[in-house]
Amino acid sequence: MKIHLKVWRQKNRHTKGKMHDYTLTEVDEEMSFLEMLDMLNLQLAKKGERPVEFDHDCREGICGQCGVMINGIAHGPLKNTTTCQLHMRSFKDGDTIYVEPFQAKAFPVIRDLKVNRTSLDEIIAAGGYVSVNTGQAPEANTILVSHEEAENAFDAAACIGCGACVATCKNASAALFTGAKIAQLARLPQGKKESNKRTINMVNRMEDLDFGHCTNTEACQVECPQDISVLTIAEMNYEYNKAKLKD
Amino acid sequence: MEKEIKANIPKGNLQDKWSNYKAQAKLVSPNNRKKLEIIVVGTGLAGSSAAASLAEMGYKVKAFCFQDSPRRAHSVAAQGGVNAMKNYQNDGDSVYRMFHDTLKGGDFRSREANTYRLAECSASLIDQAVAQGVPFGREYSGYLKNRSFGGVQVSRTFYARGQTGQQLLLGAYQALMRQKEIGKIKLYARHEMLDLVLIDGKAKGIIARNLDTGKMERHAAHAVVLATGGFGKIYYLSTLAMGCNASAIWRAHKKGAFMANPSWTQIHPTSLPQSGPYQSKLTLMSESLRNDGRIWVPKAQNDQRPPHEIPENERDYYLERKYPSFGNLAPRDIASRAAKEQIDAGKGVGALKNAVYLDFKDAIHEYGKETIAERYGNLFSMYEKITGINAYQEPMKISPSAHFSMGGLWVDYDLMTNIPGLFAIGEANFSDHGANRLGANSLLQACVDGYYIAPYTLQNYLADQIQVPQSAINHPAFEIAENQAKKQLKEFVSCQGNKTSEEFHRELGKVLYDNCGLSRSAEGLQEAIQKIQQLRQEFKKNLLVPGDVEDINSELEKAGRVADYMELAELMCIDALQRNESCGAHFREEFQTDEGEALRNDKDFAFTAAWEWSGDSSSPILNKENLKFEFVQPTQRSYK
Ligand SMILES: Cc1cc2nc3c(=O)[nH]c(=O)nc-3n(C[C@H](O)[C@H](O)[C@H](O)COP(=O)(O)OP(=O)(O)OC[C@H]3O[C@@H](n4cnc5c(N)ncnc54)[C@H](O)[C@@H]3O)c2cc1C
Ligand code: SF4
Ligand code: FES
Repeated sequence: MKIHLKVWRQKNRHTKGKMHDYTLTEVDEEMSFLEMLDMLNLQLAKKGERPVEFDHDCREGICGQCGVMINGIAHGPLKNTTTCQLHMRSFKDGDTIYVEPFQAKAFPVIRDLKVNRTSLDEIIAAGGYVSVNTGQAPEANTILVSHEEAENAFDAAACIGCGACVATCKNASAALFTGAKIAQLARLPQGKKESNKRTINMVNRMEDLDFGHCTNTEACQVECPQDISVLTIAEMNYEYNKAKLKD
Repeated sequence: MEKEIKANIPKGNLQDKWSNYKAQAKLVSPNNRKKLEIIVVGTGLAGSSAAASLAEMGYKVKAFCFQDSPRRAHSVAAQGGVNAMKNYQNDGDSVYRMFHDTLKGGDFRSREANTYRLAECSASLIDQAVAQGVPFGREYSGYLKNRSFGGVQVSRTFYARGQTGQQLLLGAYQALMRQKEIGKIKLYARHEMLDLVLIDGKAKGIIARNLDTGKMERHAAHAVVLATGGFGKIYYLSTLAMGCNASAIWRAHKKGAFMANPSWTQIHPTSLPQSGPYQSKLTLMSESLRNDGRIWVPKAQNDQRPPHEIPENERDYYLERKYPSFGNLAPRDIASRAAKEQIDAGKGVGALKNAVYLDFKDAIHEYGKETIAERYGNLFSMYEKITGINAYQEPMKISPSAHFSMGGLWVDYDLMTNIPGLFAIGEANFSDHGANRLGANSLLQACVDGYYIAPYTLQNYLADQIQVPQSAINHPAFEIAENQAKKQLKEFVSCQGNKTSEEFHRELGKVLYDNCGLSRSAEGLQEAIQKIQQLRQEFKKNLLVPGDVEDINSELEKAGRVADYMELAELMCIDALQRNESCGAHFREEFQTDEGEALRNDKDFAFTAAWEWSGDSSSPILNKENLKFEFVQPTQRSYK
């Protein structure tokens, strides 16, 4: 099929970017979206032009490295699907597709569709862990975790750190990402002990970085490839208020 | 000149070796530790766990990865689970049994002492991961759950839904970020190691390229740990991530580190088949599907009918037919080879005739759709996402795909290469799995290497380095290495040919898959070597890399990786050609039993091939580490 592309090209964070038009005539519907971009890049390279820089690695929806805005939607039209898992059968012959980088103040553009998401790592560094050193752990079955607790914790732990929630939020808030980690650990007996300190540190870090405030629009869950629940945000707020009371 | 090499295995009984080692290993006092710097390249399970553990002990650590965050290392993609000897199921498991299963699974081509230590340290990993908050599957009582995996008779596999690798990695990544927060670890994401720096024969640093800016950087340290993962991506189509590479270990190899058994690659039987020439990777479908799915092909060649129109008596359930006792659960190497046999015989299915059916019709009939959905719902929906096909109604199409590198840098019992101060851990080294890795054993190995072994063995090495001042990065050795790396990148860009690295990579992958994949023959390997040499020549003359060296440039990154693959591919073929036997995943057509099974030759080939760089990729030097079996008598693997 024939696909018209409008792709954001930007040399670096200091220069202005703009949309460029490309047309691909031999797109196969079995192709993944990124394979379609590979095809574009091959053609650009052969013409002596710079291929479009975009992020990706596992191409199976788990590493969280891919992610672009496709027709204005983070990761594109399919629900609970990363950019790399999207296939061209979701589009039709003759379609025009807009491809842009994730946009947020906390995610500066590196080049074209690549952005810098280290701010998400910084939030984890502030407290997204259980403070246990190698060797300190007790025998595993001395920490009982009910089936339900484990499953609930897992639901929040499934976040792949892609940043789509931030990109899709009109405030560019990282509340879903941060809430997911706080909730995962607060839902487990191993993580409960440190919850107050963790929550305060992570929330403060989030605010120090260039993320906006959450105003509960809930757009994030809709575009989250892992369907992380906005309830984790409520849990984060609850943990935060609880910790503040103790302060 | 062939030399015999030594693995420095501690004396004593199998069960005492590691405790004896630990009891006698040299220590570094806490106030000296902060003066010692360690570079860890790779932040997968092996790298993150090593970096975090060493930093917790007080060492200064620099951690590198090429992704934009350490959490994205390809360990994240492991689905099935991680093995550990807890014997929670009271089903007769023991350290010895786990060791024996691993040794036998590897077709008696691994070191007894290392394999035993892997089993011995496995239990602690589960303790550590649970303490970190890894949400493993639980019984309703709250106790940890297990499943059985990969052709063993006990249930020792722990899992977190179908995302065990992700959850374990997040645990290790978080431990790493915790140390970064307090300044014990310096993190260099989007950095690629391009060379190893040796001073006085010891590993003293690396040259890395900042992938965001294209700038070269020099980093010095008292020891270097390579935890750079597997290189199955050399086959182009594989279950690995796009950026997985052999560059770090290959460049270390060219600085003198031995490469061991490089041709031993596990080809996984249940990945999704290639659907067209544009395909960039193959997605793994968990092996657990084989518990309920039946594998078959049409009996007739080139059968064009859709699967439901092929009557039972015209189907060949070849695994059930050939391996009645294991059937669809035959080990990976056997299942993959059998699939290839059918595909090569013209019985493959799908548009490209490159797949076999994995059929759930009978299971759905027997247990109901609901039960099957409960067991595999997420896999069925992933299958549908990728292929657009509903596997409740139509059998899945699957095919073999390159998956895991049993080979890698040669290391001794300390996980140190033959270059003093250079360690290799995780999939990047060759140890533990022999000629075939058991399912769920490699997450374990990566973690055990990083959490439990490297912290002891590095310290044992570093104890002698306290008096040695840290090398300055203006030492000529850094200068030479940096200039060489730069020169190579400039050559790529100025070549201005008309074939991209990706196009070269696809061609190379095909040659390798056809001749040094599931089955190998002397004739095929010799042919492949010639083709690889030609391809390498062409690569030198006709490479197309747009853009600049000192800039972000994905095409340039790929060129460097493919250049290394071009050399490694030849070594793989030479290694496979040298080994005139079949063992595990290495199947030489000339060496098989009357029934077509692998025929091992313990008399002549009970050794690890540790290849030495000679300056020319076509004439490597073979060194041998003889494998001594003191505690177990090798037997023939049989799954009939
Ligand atoms: C799809 C899939 C499923 C699997 N499922 C299972 C399973 O269920 N159970 C099991 O036990 N095993 C499984 N495995 C195998 C297992 O996941 C791997 O062997 C293991 O995770 C490897 O860990 P590692 O730390 O050695 O390497 P990786 O996790 O691959 O990490 C490599 C690191 O090195 C870095 N790196 C690489 N090259 C460079 C360079 N030149 N410069 C700088 N950094 C570099 C990368 O950025 C990354 O951080 C699976 C593998 C795959 C591919
Ligand atoms: S919460 Fe969802 S959208 Fe946000 S980073 Fe995690 S997986 Fe991505
Ligand atoms: S490339 Fe890994 S999630 Fe898309």
